[in-house]
Amino acid sequence: MSALTMNLTATASEENSFDSAPEQTVVEDTVGFPLVDDPKIRARNASVFYGDKQAIFNIDLDIGKHEVIAMIGPSGCGKSTFLRTINRMNDTVDGCRVSGEFLLEEDNIYGSKMDVVELRARVGMVFQKPNPFPKSIFDNVAYGPKIHGLAGSRVELDEIVENSLKRAGLWAEVKDRLQQPGTGLSGGQQQRLCIARAISISPEVILMDEPCSALDPIATARIEELIAELAENYTIVIVTHSMQQAARVSHRTAYFHLGKLVEVNETEKVFTTPEHKLTEAYITGRFG
Amino acid sequence: MSKSSKPNATTERIRQTLAKRYRAEKRFRLYGVVAILFGLLCVATLFVDIIGKGHGAFRQTYIQLSVDYDADILGISDINDAQQLALADFSGLVKKSLRTRFSDVSGRKDKRQLYRLVSNSAEYDLTDRLKTAPALLGQSEKRWVLADDDIDTYFKSLNSSDGAFVGRTSEKQQQWVQSLIDAGQIELRFNSQFFSNGDSREPEQAGIGGAIVGSLFTLFITLALSFPIGVAAAVYLEEFAPKNRWTDFIEVNINNLAAVPSIIFGLLGLAIFINFFHVPRSVPVIGGLVLAVMTLPTIIISSRAAIKAVPPSIREAGIGIGASPVQVVLHHVLPLALPGMLTGTIIGMAQALGETAPLLMIGMVAFIVDVPGGFTDPATVLPVQIFLWADSPERAFVEKTSAAIMVLLAFLITMNTFAVILRKRLERRW
Ligand SMILES: Nc1ncnc2c1ncn2[C@@H]1O[C@H](COP(=O)(O)OP(=O)(O)O)[C@@H](O)[C@H]1O
Ligand SMILES: [Mg+2]
Repeated sequence: MSALTMNLTATASEENSFDSAPEQTVVEDTVGFPLVDDPKIRARNASVFYGDKQAIFNIDLDIGKHEVIAMIGPSGCGKSTFLRTINRMNDTVDGCRVSGEFLLEEDNIYGSKMDVVELRARVGMVFQKPNPFPKSIFDNVAYGPKIHGLAGSRVELDEIVENSLKRAGLWAEVKDRLQQPGTGLSGGQQQRLCIARAISISPEVILMDEPCSALDPIATARIEELIAELAENYTIVIVTHSMQQAARVSHRTAYFHLGKLVEVNETEKVFTTPEHKLTEAYITGRFG
Repeated sequence: MSKSSKPNATTERIRQTLAKRYRAEKRFRLYGVVAILFGLLCVATLFVDIIGKGHGAFRQTYIQLSVDYDADILGISDINDAQQLALADFSGLVKKSLRTRFSDVSGRKDKRQLYRLVSNSAEYDLTDRLKTAPALLGQSEKRWVLADDDIDTYFKSLNSSDGAFVGRTSEKQQQWVQSLIDAGQIELRFNSQFFSNGDSREPEQAGIGGAIVGSLFTLFITLALSFPIGVAAAVYLEEFAPKNRWTDFIEVNINNLAAVPSIIFGLLGLAIFINFFHVPRSVPVIGGLVLAVMTLPTIIISSRAAIKAVPPSIREAGIGIGASPVQVVLHHVLPLALPGMLTGTIIGMAQALGETAPLLMIGMVAFIVDVPGGFTDPATVLPVQIFLWADSPERAFVEKTSAAIMVLLAFLITMNTFAVILRKRLERRW
């Protein structure tokens, strides 16, 4: 607690323009409305530790059905860490420990009855760096349905691949070269291929961790359009370092600061009249 | 003023140090070139020496005899009687042919020298000949038979710049050789027996066929054991094992094993496989076992490096789509790591192919004439054969030794080239 305050005082004195009331620099409770009715994902008292170091502090957050929620905040504030608790990607990190309650609808994500393989089929993920498998475009998309046994026949598989690529807005560009390596595509195409791969197993939620940070503005614009389209069918959690992107694609925005959830509000409200001083400082570019 | 002169002074300074830096760079590059040239020179010397000494072994001296398959000398009345054929005096037939060719030779001593012009394998050659062509009985034909190794060495040295190597040949024998040369009845022919025969006390009959087959059998066992075990160990250690003191301990020990002198593995094989498990000695199975144990650390270390080199993003992609840990390994990690694993394995195999010391400990140094027909037949391997021949006193074994080294090097170069090609072919970009 005191470390947080000190850190901010240092920032304030350095910049000489940030004089805030002390009670506003201490994150006591999340301001705005972090909780919704009938959520898709419910996180309560969520904490994450890497060894002895705590990266996420007692976060309460709901993510609604068919909602696009953006997570913003300075780097190292725990956005990715929180995101990865939702599909238990943190399980693969040595020394990582998660506490709190996480529900995907009625199912306890960290409960003993939850199978991680099934969880990850229900919660898809798109990573920061496009990471297609070093296989053909077709095989990249077909892989998920294959291992989960979603296609009964070759025809069905072809259909799934085609539909996924269409929904990812990539079909027109690759339909004539499905057998060529996915790694031969451009960065933006690769990322759309990864999105096609993620939606090929019809997940309920798609997690996106800075999906456009490695892409040029045009490719970024395409992905943003795509996110808007996908929101009709999926719940999307997107981490982004671009506030414009958050403003363009999301319904609600969550602002993280040093492992704490500072403010969650309607995106428009966050970017026009933020409730918390820290949020305001961040979106006005005073630190980040 | 000071503002404009200051950058100039800095530039001047940089220029001065630049010249120095370039000199240092040039010097450094020169060291590298010298080192490489020295290495190449050593290799070239080795090759020139070995090829110079060994190329002769691929051709062997043959002498043409007119053989009269005389039923009386042979003592055969019925050509279809196998027993008669087995007991027949083909040695006498060879002697008779030589006496006919050099009819002026008389006296026991001279005759004995005359008979020593041809290899004692000549009689077996004629036996086989008559067996395959029974109609020749009572007929005569001209037949090229293998010359004795002393004659072979002498004949090969006749045109050499250092003068003829007389060795153990007598003056009479040299005259006979001259007479054969004049008649065109002695010549060098391609020595196919060198590749098909096993070892022999007679250099002209000795071949590396047995050793090559022994090496292949042994390497097969080595590969069949060490590749799957090595890859499984590497995959487990990299992908599934918890990181704790035990796995650290295992890792340190694997690295230590890679540095253990190979002869220790031979002693281990002797103590455990032979004395405890009673695996027979001198057979490819025991050789393969010992070499597999010796090669394991190499394969494990290179396989782990190959697995480590697989980008984590690929693993994450697999996990993210819901692949189980085993599926991630089988579908994504192994295919990408395979080229590196295979390269390490082939290099390990090349090492095993050239290994001698541990095999001496487990009896693969025995004198074995027969080409092994299976994994449990007594066998020797190429490097041990080289060791044995290098130790033999006969002059003719010098060129055999070098020729065997050439064959071994050819195998090694082929394997290493194969490793490079395999890596290039299988390597995929991501
Ligand atoms: N694998 C890890 N091991 C240890 N610490 C980690 C690991 N991943 C992230 N952290 C730490 O957790 C904090 C949050 O990181 P992260 O969630 O990646 O931040 P963000 O995505 O917001 O930039 C950082 O302080 C980071 O150093
Ligand atoms: Mg991050």
